[in-house]
Amino acid sequence: MDPRLQIIDRRMAGVRRILAVTGGKGGIGKSSLAATAALWLARRGERVGLLDLDFCGPSTHVILGIRDARPVEDGGLVPAIAQGLRFMSIVHFIDDRPAPLRGQEISNALIELLAITRWGDLDWLVIDMPPGFSDPLLDAARLLGRAEYLVVTTPSVLTTETVRKALQLFRELRLPVLGVVENMHRGDEPPLAAQLAGFDVPLLGAIPFDDAYEAALGDVERLAHTTFMRAVGRIVDAITARRD
Amino acid sequence: MHEWALADAVVATAVKIAQQQGLQQIGEINLRLGELQQIDREVFEFALRHVLPPDDPMLAGVQFIIEAEPAELRCLACGHAWLLAESFAALPADQREAIHLLPETVHIYVTCPACESPDFEIVAGRGVALISIGG
Ligand SMILES: Nc1ncnc2c1ncn2[C@@H]1O[C@H](COP(=O)(O)OP(=O)(O)O)[C@@H](O)[C@H]1O
Ligand SMILES: [Mg+2]
Ligand SMILES: [Zn+2]
Repeated sequence: MDPRLQIIDRRMAGVRRILAVTGGKGGIGKSSLAATAALWLARRGERVGLLDLDFCGPSTHVILGIRDARPVEDGGLVPAIAQGLRFMSIVHFIDDRPAPLRGQEISNALIELLAITRWGDLDWLVIDMPPGFSDPLLDAARLLGRAEYLVVTTPSVLTTETVRKALQLFRELRLPVLGVVENMHRGDEPPLAAQLAGFDVPLLGAIPFDDAYEAALGDVERLAHTTFMRAVGRIVDAITARRD
Repeated sequence: MHEWALADAVVATAVKIAQQQGLQQIGEINLRLGELQQIDREVFEFALRHVLPPDDPMLAGVQFIIEAEPAELRCLACGHAWLLAESFAALPADQREAIHLLPETVHIYVTCPACESPDFEIVAGRGVALISIGG
């Protein structure tokens, strides 16, 4: 029996809400949304944690320009504070090296992190969820019972096909979906809502394709002024207003 | 120390199992400690004692029986099997520390001694396992 599974809920007992950012496909802006949503909430004065569970391509530390925020060992691991939020990622343990882990091992590492990280009291824990629908995502979803899901999509039909599958899966797993966010939106494209017909899930808003976003990566002051992050902020404000 | 987090998890799990089995009292908890995670056994035993809820009749007098398990690795590229101890001595302290905190990082710091592939599996001895409890 794996003793770690018993303890995960207790490690998160002080966390009010868990926001899990997902979306099946890679390269659609999941990490960008997770990182900037966490930064937005922190700048709004909330107590925020950011957990990067993409063990193959961790990127939230790059987006927020976080370096050397090593967790401290104290009855577990206490995440360091960086850019105003408590930050935890596998990068603390692997430096810049590739992590050649098979699916079940990614799951195992993820369970370990969930079992030993002491988040303390937080208003929000934002999670950049494992990409895809295999072991790591399924295990994370199973172990994060209280998480509420934000599903990222883009205007491309290639993405919406995957997102439809994601929504179907979430429905079967009975995971609560807060809504869908359309990233990389361009003004003249048709609205995406029609493609999500049949799912009882709100479209929370669109984030425009922002030519200035790439150059702002790693610099939180510049990020805060991007069209990208302001759009994320509006979506986050709407979500938090709804249930608070 | 993160031994405390693991000790905490062990006791919570034992109590859960006892409740499921309708046990009034836990006499012993059998654990296996995998070598890969390099748990400090003294710290761990100390932590196990100290995370016990005081005055809980269920756990009064509980014994912890801890068995160490060597870490065995097997290469998925060439099939070679080896014991971690052979690779471990050469690792610098910070890499051993990373493996202690997150045993899967062994894939980043250790490669197959026969063919140098990082694609191997951990056959035995990863971390803490609760084997059984006794009344
Ligand atoms: N709205 C946007 N405007 C411009 N570039 C974006 C936008 N959203 C994401 N990107 C870029 O797309 C790439 C993928 O984003 P990322 O957040 O890493 O996606 P994922 O985590 O889903 O793989 C990155 O290079 C990022 O800078
Ligand atoms: Mg990503
Ligand atoms: Zn080999």
